[in-house]
Amino acid sequence: MNLETIKSEIEANVPGCRLEIVPNNSPSGQHSLLIDSETALTVARFLRDAAHLRFDYCSNVTGIDWPGKEISEKVKIKKILDGVEQEVEEIQKTQSAGHLEAVYHLYSMEKKHGPVILRMRTEDRADRIHLPSLTPIWRSAEFQEREIFDLYGIVFDGHPDLRRILMWDGFEDHPMRRDYVEPDDYEYEPTPHDAVLQKAKQHLSETGGR
Amino acid sequence: MDEKLKVELGKQGIFTTTLQELYNWGRRNSLWPLNFGLACCAIEMIATTMARYDLARFGAEVFRPSPRQADLMIVAGTITKKMAPQVVRLYNQMAEPKYVISMGACAISGGPFKQGYNVLKGIDRYIPVDVHIPGCPPRPEALIDAFITLQKQIDEQQLTGVGRPRHLDPDAPSEFIVPQFGPHDLEPPQNPDVWRPPLVNISLAGKNESGND
Amino acid sequence: MSATTAATAHFTPKPSTDGGEGQLLEVSMGPQHPSTHGVFRMDVALDGERVVKLKPVFGYLHRNHEKIAETETYLGSMPYTDRLDYLCSITNNWAYALAVEKLAGIQVPERAEYLRVITGELTRLQNHTSVIGFLLQDMGASGTPLMYAFREREKVLDLFESLTGSRMMCNYMRFGGCRADMPAGWLQQAQKVVEAFPRFLDEFERLLSGNEILMARTQGVGVLSKELAVDAGITGPMLRGSGVNYDIRKVDKYGIYERFSFKVPLGEHGDVYDRYMVRLLEMRESVKILQQAMRDVPPGPIMDAKTKLRGFRPKAGEAYGRIESPKGELGFYLISDGSPNPYRYRVRPPSLVNLTVLEDMCLGQNVADIVVILGSIDFILGEVDR
Repeated sequence: MNLETIKSEIEANVPGCRLEIVPNNSPSGQHSLLIDSETALTVARFLRDAAHLRFDYCSNVTGIDWPGKEISEKVKIKKILDGVEQEVEEIQKTQSAGHLEAVYHLYSMEKKHGPVILRMRTEDRADRIHLPSLTPIWRSAEFQEREIFDLYGIVFDGHPDLRRILMWDGFEDHPMRRDYVEPDDYEYEPTPHDAVLQKAKQHLSETGGR
Repeated sequence: MDEKLKVELGKQGIFTTTLQELYNWGRRNSLWPLNFGLACCAIEMIATTMARYDLARFGAEVFRPSPRQADLMIVAGTITKKMAPQVVRLYNQMAEPKYVISMGACAISGGPFKQGYNVLKGIDRYIPVDVHIPGCPPRPEALIDAFITLQKQIDEQQLTGVGRPRHLDPDAPSEFIVPQFGPHDLEPPQNPDVWRPPLVNISLAGKNESGND
Repeated sequence: MSATTAATAHFTPKPSTDGGEGQLLEVSMGPQHPSTHGVFRMDVALDGERVVKLKPVFGYLHRNHEKIAETETYLGSMPYTDRLDYLCSITNNWAYALAVEKLAGIQVPERAEYLRVITGELTRLQNHTSVIGFLLQDMGASGTPLMYAFREREKVLDLFESLTGSRMMCNYMRFGGCRADMPAGWLQQAQKVVEAFPRFLDEFERLLSGNEILMARTQGVGVLSKELAVDAGITGPMLRGSGVNYDIRKVDKYGIYERFSFKVPLGEHGDVYDRYMVRLLEMRESVKILQQAMRDVPPGPIMDAKTKLRGFRPKAGEAYGRIESPKGELGFYLISDGSPNPYRYRVRPPSLVNLTVLEDMCLGQNVADIVVILGSIDFILGEVDR
């Protein structure tokens, strides 16, 4: 089933939805559909209930962390150099906010086709991290969304039981994020090298050789 | 007693022994393990008790589900930080004399998963271990070997004096600190009475010693 | 006299201080409990013997497989996949290899495909026997069925050991093929094991299937409806026990499964007994697949010559590959950014998703049935928590 047709069908049936096809350049050719969080539930319900689509089985739900990147731009600024006003090119660096992403792999058990891949993105990685939960549509997302909440920190609105699932309740970090720093309890190897050596050195300089 | 005389008496149907030998013989041959598996190694532990390897030959086939009835804890698998308090608590609940076999690479040091943020780098950070068996997972023969090693250790114990076993020494601890869940890590990250980080000889002066740059 | 009164007084239950009747008993089952499922915990609320609430608690074996894999090379993650579902390392390898092959567009040689089917189906045999053994062990049939099961399992493990060098952690597959070819005489040995297997199944069935106690403990227990099973994303024998015909070997036809003729056994009632029966019948189908594969296995290379295992850098992109593992749909979702290690590495664990309906199946059942229902789900904590 072509993703383009599915996209136009959703657009025809769900008013006001903003869809975008995220192309995938690998040989797998599994392109995905970026949906907006406002109409996500309606889109998901349409995909599940439409008689010829019937994506009744949500197989895989996962989170991805895309940290902000440093964007370098060349900007022309007027500056006074040696008493003369000159136009100078300067590189301005800005930090993009980055985002967290939730990915849903849908199949149909009835029609035996698939996958259709849905993606949802949060606005940033700090406080605007809410996404609608698709657990009301597919129950199989229940534990997997909890896992994303635990490890990535995406808050799923409308989830029946959003708690930490793998780490303990008082745990404060989101360990699958790319910028997570793990606690310093690394046990040294007798002949450390590369990353292990760096870690050992850092530990020793912090603890004063103990 | 003279060894030759003992043998000679044995031939005549007279059995002589010392209290220590009898006591150690009794403990050695009725090690009851705790029915407690953590991960992959637990499957090999079960395989060891099955007909092919038959742990019953060594007096240890009675796996007890309750720590109160067991004397041997086989730490079979990866100990995660979420599980570590429960492992220590189970150990504390066991009655003396009690022994620990640390089965497999994970229980020794975290094994292949030692880089993990939720993996404890070896159970010997919290409780004393009697026998370590390497392997991922160790074969059933290795577990049997650990049993025999432990039995030998028990056999050689002196009941009095400085080196006497822990349960006969009123000053030796029988329970150990149960770590608590902290916001980032377990608290404490190790029990300093049981384990201290190994001393490593790394000079901090040099910059590019890693060899890859 | 006084001694007996004291004893009686000691054993008289105290009247409950707050309300008495209708009081719920909260029990925390696990993470250490006598069933054979590792470090799994359930917070159960009981009304007498009846379960009124059950919340599973995970994470006691969360060993950060995904995080570690994101710092490892593609090849370096292969041994880690062994330790996901540690009863079936070979099918885990297969799912991961399949995902990487999709990501990089790798073709697998014919012989390697046959080797994959043979080892994969052998894995299914030993998994299903062990699971039935564990189920019976949990039910209280202490010893005999599990001993029978492990006797057969050891035969398969011997085959694995002579092929791959390890009993459990086989690390056998590579993207683009398999790691080692069959040693001389291996195929004959494997044929012998497979030919003898139906006899063991007959014996097992004679022992168990018509057993009155087993039927009483399993029939009508832990019923899972078709609709709920599909909604909750249940896969594997558990889904088919509820009567949904969905087997990824048939649907995706990955590898060379379309060349073999085999049936997909389906249950009718969706109870524990049906799941047990589906597994038994699946083993018979696996034997059929194995016989066909062993008959047809062609000579040839076992590795794709163009694939470079070391220094492997797939193009940027993503892929989701899935197989029908003995537990259900095992999938790997990989995102590559062109570097030697994956940007995102995700395991879709069938065991975790299959546990979604645990509460629904246990509600209203007796507390002793929880362990039976758990045994029939067939989950492995290494895969649930990863």
